Amino acid sequence: MLNQSQLDAIDHAIETHLIAAGIDHVIYMEMSGNTIAKHDNGKALLDSTAFAALAAGNFAAVDAMAKLVGESEFSLLFHKGENLSIHFSKVSKDTLLVSMFNKNISLGIVRLKVAETIKEIIRVLGDPDIP
Amino acid sequence: MALINVKTKEVQIKIVYYGPGRGGKTTNLEYINRIYREQIKTEMVSLKTQDDRTLFFDFLPFDVGQIKGFDVAIQLYTVPGQVKYNATRRLVLRGVDGIVFVADVQQSQRKKNIESLNQLYENLETYKLDLFNIPLVMQYNKIDLKKSDIPTLSSQMLQKDLNSLLKVPAFEASALNGGNVIPTLKKIISITLASIQEHLF
Repeated sequence: MLNQSQLDAIDHAIETHLIAAGIDHVIYMEMSGNTIAKHDNGKALLDSTAFAALAAGNFAAVDAMAKLVGESEFSLLFHKGENLSIHFSKVSKDTLLVSMFNKNISLGIVRLKVAETIKEIIRVLGDPDIP
Repeated sequence: MALINVKTKEVQIKIVYYGPGRGGKTTNLEYINRIYREQIKTEMVSLKTQDDRTLFFDFLPFDVGQIKGFDVAIQLYTVPGQVKYNATRRLVLRGVDGIVFVADVQQSQRKKNIESLNQLYENLETYKLDLFNIPLVMQYNKIDLKKSDIPTLSSQMLQKDLNSLLKVPAFEASALNGGNVIPTLKKIISITLASIQEHLF
């Protein structure tokens, strides 16, 4: 279970790296489908509870497919839409970071910002006394 | 494992309806969705095949109020019952806090009930969970068939087949017309919450 300062630090990492970069929605969640943190730019509505359940199922299914073809995991998933795309990235064994972004941001920027955020979250997960 | 967020003061609990195919797991959730429509903020999510069988899971979230200052959100899932979908069943069980085992009272389903329960035991083992320790409620569904010509199993028989060792609460139910669906739900919520309180608060 994460403590208050860890949750604050995760929120801060998501806000400064991802939301500030123009990403519409970010959900940091457990693989079981529970949401740990959710952020958005305040402009678009999303049923994040149902979304997290489906995202967990989706990622789990792909993870199982990876094992069938002899990969230990596919740690990254990307769904491209006309106006909105979704980027899934595994953070730890049990958690997942999902970022939804519009066509004004390039996938390259998203990947870069997600990588920075994940690095930060991993640091937070490993240190319960994070300032 | 339930997610407890100390910052947002939220507890998220995952309850899975498990059991053999065509046993009434989805029908349970559909009934709950109708009855508690006002407490459910979102649409029920169903991932179905073309012939209306559950392909991946059904998902229904709802709030049950506060415990010790924490908002409690219950998330109900079903698994696909068809034998071939065991990999998917196992995925849905990840992070489960409580289980309703929906058995089918039709005599023809006796073997399938037992096989499904055995597989549940094995699937939980992959997550290092023990069926004998997890909050569990039995539901013997389609009890309305006793009024028809279709041969059914007696509750004593079902108790002997499925619950003689587990000894968990059991309900005769009729998911189609709602008989004992809500008591089953209330029971699993109360024992799951009790178990979480024991572990975490």
